[in-house]
Amino acid sequence: MSRLLEIAGLQAGYGAVQALFDVDLTVDQGEVVALMGRNGMGKTTTIRTLCRLLPIRSGTIRFAGTDLGPLPAHRAARLGLGLVPEGRRCFAPLTVAENLIVAARPGPWDRDRVEALFPRLAERRRQPAATLSGGEQQMLAIGRALMTNPRLLILDEATEGLAPVVRQEIWSAIAALKGQGLSILLVDKSLREIRAVADRAVVLERGCSIWSGRPASLTAEEADRYLGV
Amino acid sequence: MSRIAVINLATLGLLIGGALTAHLTGHAFLVTLATKAAIFALAGVGLNFALGYGGLVSFGHAAFFGIGGYVTGILASHAMSGQPLTTLPYTMNGTNEMLAIWPMVLLVSGLAALAIGALSLRTSGVYFIMVTLAFAQMIYWFAVGWPAYGGEDGLSFYVRNAFPGVQTMQPLSWFLICAGLLLMTLGFTAVVMRARFGLALQAARRNTQRTVAVGIRPFGIRLTAFVLSAMITGLAGSLYADLNRFVSPAMLSWYMSGEIMVFVILGGVGRLVGPVAGAMLFVTMEHLLGGISDYWQVLLGLVLLGVVLWSPGGIVGMLSGRGRGHA
Repeated sequence: MSRLLEIAGLQAGYGAVQALFDVDLTVDQGEVVALMGRNGMGKTTTIRTLCRLLPIRSGTIRFAGTDLGPLPAHRAARLGLGLVPEGRRCFAPLTVAENLIVAARPGPWDRDRVEALFPRLAERRRQPAATLSGGEQQMLAIGRALMTNPRLLILDEATEGLAPVVRQEIWSAIAALKGQGLSILLVDKSLREIRAVADRAVVLERGCSIWSGRPASLTAEEADRYLGV
Repeated sequence: MSRIAVINLATLGLLIGGALTAHLTGHAFLVTLATKAAIFALAGVGLNFALGYGGLVSFGHAAFFGIGGYVTGILASHAMSGQPLTTLPYTMNGTNEMLAIWPMVLLVSGLAALAIGALSLRTSGVYFIMVTLAFAQMIYWFAVGWPAYGGEDGLSFYVRNAFPGVQTMQPLSWFLICAGLLLMTLGFTAVVMRARFGLALQAARRNTQRTVAVGIRPFGIRLTAFVLSAMITGLAGSLYADLNRFVSPAMLSWYMSGEIMVFVILGGVGRLVGPVAGAMLFVTMEHLLGGISDYWQVLLGLVLLGVVLWSPGGIVGMLSGRGRGHA
């Protein structure tokens, strides 16, 4: 398997506050990697730095053979980083279809394929994104990232705050994407689902990557220590 | 037909139907009033392009309105006097043909916006408002201190510029030219805002980082929108100069910037025909109330206050109920 993403010795932060001290992380082609850790340990900071939304203080990020360090965020995105950010997720004033069109870049993913993955989006095509439910907005955010035809789909807390039924729909979509060979980096807290879908997990603690391996091999004691609140 | 489409058609119908009725009943003055509304509407459509769709609150659009006016006035006055504008590097004469003036207006206001936008778009929020205002004031004071073209007194030209096959001094013909340009610009805006560029502009208004994350660079999109917006407002300035056959630094003043903003806010920010409705209401109030008292703007202020407090979507937003930012 060829290496798609390689983060080494990454340090980053916000102003005077350093949040990442030493993060190592790799994703191979076709691999699903889960980034785990308690709140405030640097998961979202890692992703924001990877997507060039935060400056790199030290360390390197190589993606698809390119050093991301000198690139502005929009160029990094065009290289194939498909971010689904956490929180409120869509372009509210645009309709569902427009949210997808605006992100479109050439490749196998188009509106038909996104709507096949999330049939609910097809039903709501002409509706303003602001009127969607939280789960539908999350589907739209994933669809929008897929429309950019990413080489790596990055999901930051994609199922947080959603109803259990909707979470299940999102997880099955993620599994389907994995089945289609898409490389995925995801941040999530639900160990059970991660065990089912992720090939590998990386645990962050206080801004450092401290554990990496198959999620199934994470012992209950480790899970409690690293992920328990 | 959707509710917003009905409102759009009704607004435009009111403007054009009103002018035709005034013509048929022999009220030439009211035709000219409708022409003024159409021109103000066009200026507002231009500002709405940047402010409404792009969230770029420019408080300097009078600069482009005035530049459009001055380009028109300068070309017309040279055509009248027969003096060339310049003989270096080659001789360039004035012209009184609208079809030659308009491209020049679009070019000059577009270039001005490119320079102003490239600098001011590095800021945002209140700084953007102030930087655009500062540029407009610079151009205003330049015009005041430029005696060759009238300085503070402005510049008159006695005959309205010519349009092939049309007697432009005839009020209805002149109205139809202005209304035609307004309709074309509205059509252009509607098409652009549904295309990927327009969608990206609206997306960036709400969330810059999310736009970046899908590989779009907001600066380029915003600069393009700012330039297009200025070109439209510049064209309106050209028509306004022709309407009055007079240009003066007043067209460039911050007061004018504020008025253009009022058309947009009254009618509905980010609504396609919002500026048309806003300009019509403004011109109507100015005409009806201005005759009663010089302080009619006190009432305008109250109306504006009411709109901002109770109907942030303006007249169009109020009529269409809750809805999206554009249609």
